[in-house]
Amino acid sequence: MSHSLNMVALYTIVRREIARIMRIWTQTLIPPAITMTLYFVIFGKLIGSRIGTIEGGFTYMQYIVPGLVMMSIITNSYGNISSSFFGAKFSRAVEEMLVSPMPNWVILLGYVTGAVVRGLVVGVLVLMIALFFTSLHVVHPLLTFLSVLLGATIFSLAGFVNAVYAKKFDDIALVPTFVLTPLTYLGGVFYSINMLGEPWQAISRINPILYMVNAFRFGVLGVSDVGIGTAFAVMVLFVVVLSAVALQLLKRGVGLRS
Amino acid sequence: MSTPTASPVPALVVDNLRKTYGNGVEALKGVSLTVQPGDFFALLGPNGAGKSTLIGILSSLVNSTGGDAQVFGVSVNKQRNEAMKLIGLVPQEINFNQFEKPFDICVNEAGFYGIPRKIAAERAEKYLKELRLWDKAHHQARMLSGGMKRRLMIARAMMNEPKLLILDEPTAGVDIEIRRSMWQFVSAINAAGTTVILTTHYLEEAEQLCRNIAIIDHGTIVENTSMKRLLAKLDSETFVLDVTAAPDQLPQLSDITLRRIDEHTLEAEMPRTSDLNALFAALTEHGIAVKSMRNKTNRLEELFVRLVENGREKAA
Repeated sequence: MSHSLNMVALYTIVRREIARIMRIWTQTLIPPAITMTLYFVIFGKLIGSRIGTIEGGFTYMQYIVPGLVMMSIITNSYGNISSSFFGAKFSRAVEEMLVSPMPNWVILLGYVTGAVVRGLVVGVLVLMIALFFTSLHVVHPLLTFLSVLLGATIFSLAGFVNAVYAKKFDDIALVPTFVLTPLTYLGGVFYSINMLGEPWQAISRINPILYMVNAFRFGVLGVSDVGIGTAFAVMVLFVVVLSAVALQLLKRGVGLRS
Repeated sequence: MSTPTASPVPALVVDNLRKTYGNGVEALKGVSLTVQPGDFFALLGPNGAGKSTLIGILSSLVNSTGGDAQVFGVSVNKQRNEAMKLIGLVPQEINFNQFEKPFDICVNEAGFYGIPRKIAAERAEKYLKELRLWDKAHHQARMLSGGMKRRLMIARAMMNEPKLLILDEPTAGVDIEIRRSMWQFVSAINAAGTTVILTTHYLEEAEQLCRNIAIIDHGTIVENTSMKRLLAKLDSETFVLDVTAAPDQLPQLSDITLRRIDEHTLEAEMPRTSDLNALFAALTEHGIAVKSMRNKTNRLEELFVRLVENGREKAA
């Protein structure tokens, strides 16, 4: 299809995805806001007030806000695309797109954009809630935005790959439960890895979420456990590799075409 | 001097198409056929014959393991995206998001083909109205009846105004009134120039609607001809006669075999070359009054069963 036709197709998928997010907003937008409010109250206010300052003289609440915002962004991006695309596969509605002249990259970009939008909306909501508990001054706005965009994109792509392979709804719940949640909790959301001894510091450095959380934290607070250049390089690498994997799966029709 | 007219590009050329699934099942064993533009073509076969696999390959939902197909000269294998622009597919199974509204389903479908939203909205209204679904256009699709869902899939398939419309058992489980309205719509689409390929298990539908036919069984085409030629192959027909009283002793006729089914029913098997006058004359002579008569089976059904059975005997 020509470029303009592809743009119409892309707009159609993105519009449909956003309509889905808004149609079921009680499932897509409210739960993460409630969960993160609880985190702020329990970890930030009640426990955090006894911890004192951390890395760079920030209160514990200020320190965990970027981590919690990034955590909600990546879990919601992942959850959005895996449930939406697997739902389309399960109902066979995905065939509407598979029999159309749309190139595979339009399908992928459309779903990823929808998931990134949900991640960003949830991120903004959580950030607004955080402002009820603490004050924040964003040090590097552009880097903050870039880290959010890359983090959401990475987990949208990962969620897409998960949905392509999934054969039943359990399969899209397995990865968040057994991979995503442990990696997030161990990815420096609640602590600085400088507080860990070896070998745990070295082990933490192979967790990709560490780089996303710290890139975002650097953008907001100006402090990071890892080099900011390394963090962005790791994120770009993940975007490239996961995009290539997802496009290859679409090309081969894995889980989609017989 | 008149210039020779170029023969039109066929709507579909299937060339030695093969498909072997991962589990080793050979669904298509080198299928070849041609469908001319403007045709109403029947693709018939028993369950598991390979019809849906063939349609799956044409619509790119199934990857072939050999051969190719061309839609109006465009290769499905080599120019998939271009070929898909020309096809509209009505699948056998319901395959839309039941939580979306028919209007949105149609408009989104058009969007996937790159059709701008304004034009898509106009087409959605046109086809939903023509298929008598407009009053349900803004209700969730899951609230539609089975027949309405099937009509919605036809409306959706028309959104890109395809040159080739493929209908895979579109009337399965649909009541007779809705089935007839669906055929009126599809016949009008065909009359306007769209080539139609139909698979169905209702053979009287295929006989009434289709001009050409292919019968597929065990992944092989066992017959590919015009409907007229195929029906001409039927050498005998059986009629069921409702009579006032069927006697035990029936008249003997040279080329017609009469059988008594019950006290009010007779069966007459006769060559297609014979005329019915001889039968009626003999029955009248024996005081047997005929109240009504009908074909025992649909003519195409009789041929279909015969061709499939012959194919299986040969294979055995």
